[in-house]
Amino acid sequence: MTSNILVALRFLTANKRPMAMSLAGIVFGVGFFIFSQAQTSGFEQFFIKTVLGTNGAIRVQDRIRATFSTMEMEEEKGNGGQGWVIENKENLKYIEGIEHPLEVIAAIKQFDSVTGVSEVLAGTVIVSNNFRSRSGTIYGVDIDRHAAVSDLENQIIFGDMESIRTKSNGILIGSAFARWIQAKIGDFLLVTAKDVNRRFTVAGIFETGVSDIDRERIYAHLSEARSVLQRPHGASFLQVNLKNPLRAREEAEHMMNTIYYHVASWQERERSWLDAFMVLRVSTALTVSTIILLSGLGMFNTLAMLVMEKTREIAILRSMGYTRKDISSIFLWQGGLVLLAGTVSGWALAVFITFGVSQLPFRVTGIFTTDSFVVHWSIWHYVLATLTAAVVVMAASFLPARRAARLEPGEVIRGTAS
Amino acid sequence: MNAATAPAIPDDRTVLRCRDLHRYLGEGENRVHVLKGISLQLERGKIYAISGPSGCGKSTLLYLLGLLDRPDGGEVYLNHKPMSQSSDRERTAARNASLGFVFQFHFLLKEFSALENLMIPMRKKGIYSPAQMESRARQFLEAVGLSDKAHRLTTQLSGGEQQRVALARSLANSPAVILADEPTGNLDVENSNLVCDLLTQLARENDQAVLIVTHNPEIARKCDRVLRMQDGVFLD
Repeated sequence: MTSNILVALRFLTANKRPMAMSLAGIVFGVGFFIFSQAQTSGFEQFFIKTVLGTNGAIRVQDRIRATFSTMEMEEEKGNGGQGWVIENKENLKYIEGIEHPLEVIAAIKQFDSVTGVSEVLAGTVIVSNNFRSRSGTIYGVDIDRHAAVSDLENQIIFGDMESIRTKSNGILIGSAFARWIQAKIGDFLLVTAKDVNRRFTVAGIFETGVSDIDRERIYAHLSEARSVLQRPHGASFLQVNLKNPLRAREEAEHMMNTIYYHVASWQERERSWLDAFMVLRVSTALTVSTIILLSGLGMFNTLAMLVMEKTREIAILRSMGYTRKDISSIFLWQGGLVLLAGTVSGWALAVFITFGVSQLPFRVTGIFTTDSFVVHWSIWHYVLATLTAAVVVMAASFLPARRAARLEPGEVIRGTAS
Repeated sequence: MNAATAPAIPDDRTVLRCRDLHRYLGEGENRVHVLKGISLQLERGKIYAISGPSGCGKSTLLYLLGLLDRPDGGEVYLNHKPMSQSSDRERTAARNASLGFVFQFHFLLKEFSALENLMIPMRKKGIYSPAQMESRARQFLEAVGLSDKAHRLTTQLSGGEQQRVALARSLANSPAVILADEPTGNLDVENSNLVCDLLTQLARENDQAVLIVTHNPEIARKCDRVLRMQDGVFLD
């Protein structure tokens, strides 16, 4: 241990009470900072996981077909006789859905990053039974292909995939939807769209955890959906899964430039939710940072008092050959040692609270449905909390340390002697 | 003018000298010309005393010689090297290597034991291993009769013992010069004699120059040279 650290440690332990207060502030500040981030980003990660598991990383849908009106401009001098081609935007044509899904699927499968593509035909339907009726959205899919681009298999809470595979009129309904119409496995439901009625059997009930989805979505075999919606050809969209969903934005851009369809990444589709999560995370981080800030002010006060109390000791250290830098470092080390002890204890507190809360049996309902608080463990929460505490504590230590370093030993000793 | 104050040509025995030192203290109307052209040289193995009335500039001179303050005029030479205009870093290094201080108040670090207080300047010097530092510190504590109290916190020692620890600490890095500002001013007669005798004895044994600022004629009598000072100048 160097001389400066040793002196810093002794000064620190001699001022137990005020230092303990600052330390406690940092421990709680760091601990709650991490916990709040773990909690807010836990719900964010849960949402992302659900979105990826339900709607996939990328959705290919619709396109705008350019119907160019070309106009030969008059030759200008020196342009080699070439005319200009002008795009007339009034002639652009919006085409809803995918007209020739198999061709587009074949094109998308050429991308190395793609792990699976599922054709989806979606439409609004009225679902009713003897009890009540309500509107929903039917998703006609090839069950196995769709399972490959989603987490559908794991989302089924009642029934199983095999039941729907083997029943041509089988459907999967969301848990909130099932509760609403009080349907259970094996029940018959009447699905109506555009004056067409068809009877389906509930083959499974799924729960994604996102209430909006669980309240209105129904999965059926693609052929059955085509029949109900009276759309023998085409698809509403293609759901695409990627090896690395985090690169969905870049991959979507790439695909859009290649296949000329609108390709939406999950980040683009869920931008408003993701922005809301970001705001929530920053807001809680700022709120909890005030604890660290207050402990920093306490630290500043304690160190400033300590410099005033220790002027004689500082002077004698200077007379013995300690440089201004040494004196400064002694006080910075005091801040550093409190920071070290505070952050390490804060980490431990954060682990304890985060784990404890994640284990609490607490049914969350509303926007999300979970059986406990969702937390996300990330080293970056710990890094961010540590950086915040480091900035606050070192800023709080800097001024007292500089003041200590500026003390003139001769003046202090003369003042003490007189 | 005696040998100490004569502007003699420095020889190999001279470790610290000053020439024509001037120092003003205070600001504006309160500005006082404290030192008025002081010259002095200290030789190894000799004990010097500066005596004089309060406010005559004794301590101010000591702080200038100890490189704790800068003169407004003149020069201080430590080991023949001019120090008045040197950087703070050089002056700090010179204090660590060549100067030892004993003040009226012991100025020990109360968070450390007697032994640790002695090791603080040695740690800064950085040439001794931890075992060597402890061994040297024990030797100095033994020399001042406190080897049995090495591990006591300084707050658990009497005033006389604290000042003996401070004396031992001034010797820790074997400095060429020891500067003592009223080292017994806060002690009773018995402890005062004890500390003074130890200081002079150890300095002679180690061939160190000692400059003691004192009001005490008993102490002054034990020194090789006594420099009487008044109104910022030496009288002799």
